[in-house]
Amino acid sequence: MDSNEAYSLIDADGQPRSKFTCALSDDELKRCFESMLSVRSFDDICIKLQRGGRIGFSIPNTGVEATQVGAAAALRDGDHIFPSYRDFGMALHKGVAAVEMFHNMFGNGRDAAQGRQMPVHFSFVEPVHFFSISSPIGTHIPQAVGAAHAFTMRGESHAALASFGDGGTSSCGFHSGLNFAAVMKAPVVFLCQNNGWAISCPSSRQTGSESYAIKAKAYGMPGIKVDGNDVLAVHQVVSEALERARSGEGPTLVEAETYRMGGHSTSDDPSKYVPKEILDHWAALDPIKRLRGYLESRDLWAQEWEDELVARLSAEHAAAAKEAEAEAPPGLETIFSDVFESLPDHLRKQGEAVFDLARRKGDAAAGEGAFPL
Amino acid sequence: MANLTLIQAVNDGLKAAMRDDPTTLVFGEDVGPKGGVFLATEGLTAEFGEERCFDTPLSEDGIIGTAIGMAANGLRPIAEIQFQDFIFPAFDQIVSEAAKLRYRSGGQYTAPMVIRTPYGGGIRGGLYHSQSGEAYFSHTPGLKVVIPSTPHDAKGLLIAAINDPDPVLFMEPKALYRSVKGEVPEGSYTVELSTLRTVREGKDVTVFCYGAMVPVVERAAATAAESGIECNIVDLRTLMPLDEEGVLEAAKSTGRVVTVHEAPRFCGYGAEISAMIAENVIEYMEAPIRRVTGFDTPFPNTLEHHYLPDERRVLDAIEAVHSF
Ligand SMILES: Cc1ncc(C[n+]2csc(CCOP(=O)(O)OP(=O)(O)O)c2C)c(N)n1
Ligand SMILES: [Mg+2]
Repeated sequence: MDSNEAYSLIDADGQPRSKFTCALSDDELKRCFESMLSVRSFDDICIKLQRGGRIGFSIPNTGVEATQVGAAAALRDGDHIFPSYRDFGMALHKGVAAVEMFHNMFGNGRDAAQGRQMPVHFSFVEPVHFFSISSPIGTHIPQAVGAAHAFTMRGESHAALASFGDGGTSSCGFHSGLNFAAVMKAPVVFLCQNNGWAISCPSSRQTGSESYAIKAKAYGMPGIKVDGNDVLAVHQVVSEALERARSGEGPTLVEAETYRMGGHSTSDDPSKYVPKEILDHWAALDPIKRLRGYLESRDLWAQEWEDELVARLSAEHAAAAKEAEAEAPPGLETIFSDVFESLPDHLRKQGEAVFDLARRKGDAAAGEGAFPL
Repeated sequence: MANLTLIQAVNDGLKAAMRDDPTTLVFGEDVGPKGGVFLATEGLTAEFGEERCFDTPLSEDGIIGTAIGMAANGLRPIAEIQFQDFIFPAFDQIVSEAAKLRYRSGGQYTAPMVIRTPYGGGIRGGLYHSQSGEAYFSHTPGLKVVIPSTPHDAKGLLIAAINDPDPVLFMEPKALYRSVKGEVPEGSYTVELSTLRTVREGKDVTVFCYGAMVPVVERAAATAAESGIECNIVDLRTLMPLDEEGVLEAAKSTGRVVTVHEAPRFCGYGAEISAMIAENVIEYMEAPIRRVTGFDTPFPNTLEHHYLPDERRVLDAIEAVHSF
């Protein structure tokens, strides 16, 4: 495969570019379609919640659904995802319940991380290893390599998928991650989601290379550019890369060429720097539209089915959001727990001082008589 | 005079410096056409062109490393690190390189440059958009550390930092970016580095603070005044090199001291102030020194208002040292 031409199986209308055997079963194809709709629904609700002042922040995902879902669909049970903050499509496809994600979006007391992290900074162990997301860009890339090496050492056939953006390729973590992986022949797949932007910085300000995929060559691994809005192509390319990893042939860099149709985040105003013509160009390549076209050509799609799915997903997500919003915030003691496995003396004292002041001022809640740790 | 917010004053200071000195240049992530994620650099590319205000690849290490090379060769780089939480990839370039270049070359090479970075909590930014890293950097010999708390000081200190012959880390309290407004002179002016600002005079308790904690302390002092406790509030403004004599004088003047910062407590800046007073003027102290700080935990998101020192915690400390 030429690293500069994006590998693609279906065209803008979802029609096969040439004859190919689809690796996904009919059910899997329909599941991918559902997940992509699910990402869009989750995204819509989060943006509305943020606009309404009910959550602080979200990361729009419209336009990049195929990359995330295609890659997630290629994973096997036991594989680990090292995600970036934009990857909630992978979590949804792997079966993380929307309500678990909303617990994080609202930062409530049922959030696994006790509301310590910003929205979209998820962490899951079940039903999939979705490594705790860090805001600093690129830090997780070498971590995925270490995880992959651990699988090898333990004699397991799992692989790790490290996902990051075009901007992430400029980080120190990208360099050390790819370098280490190639030297260690670690079972890891690097997925660069080239969505055109790192906040307001276009690729021309990110790299002088002709592509991101081509960087792989210098590290000593294959680099493949794939049409990131073609879920079938992403699935195939990532599956093959995972196969290489599992069979001991080492890492692969996959560049998925896609486009961020929304802002960087809900704090961003992309109209200041994204040319409208480009958005029109990419709107015609919408990943959901393309998979719909393909399903239709295979008699796997009907309008009523999609309408039903959309209605069910948005009702489910709205209910999940409502449930999460009604949850109480984390208890004060969660500020001090999980810093270390056991609570050191100085932290116990700092926590006690918080309750002591509340007691003296007369606003300690019932049951807050002693620091509960 | 214009009535500006703190972020507008930073923007105004950058423009003034860039108009005065053609060797100045601004770069970092999203500082170009977007004007920075907080709009500190809005309009700079339009006015000064892409050569003097430009976006870089997403690499803090690269931003600071290139700034050092430019600074050592006649340019005046003003690099932006988007959030102080993301400065750590550049820690090596700052600590091992910029800060030590003069010393290790006997003054043959120097790195006169400014690193601007928003710091601190109050925007619901969780672990990685809230931290206050002044202690790491004040602990770095060869690096100056400046933190303004008013629009007037933001502009004047920034221009002084840009004119300074040594590398300066200029930490901007993002919680105050739009919440404080004040009179700012037009054109260029400087506020001398390593000078203190007396925010409020008072004979009973001295409170040392800086950045986003200054308005919090002011509110606590106003409440304390209602019960007859007069606070002497000192805004440190430059943490390194600090006006040590000024600090000791202010401490002696009341004999009762509180320090306030939002960064964690252990090895925090308040510990240095406290030690300095203990070593030099302990005989003037009427009460143990109290530190009000963030906790020794990462910065939480939902509960950030409990993490950040608030008026009540500051007032409690003021009352405690006063009644000791
Ligand atoms: C080390 C570091 N520097 C800066 C930032 C601020 N920041 C957050 S997202 C982002 C752009 C990331 O772009 P990209 O890697 O392409 O991912 P995308 O958001 O497009 O998915 C930047 C600069 C950060 N999070 N970490
Ligand atoms: Mg990107």
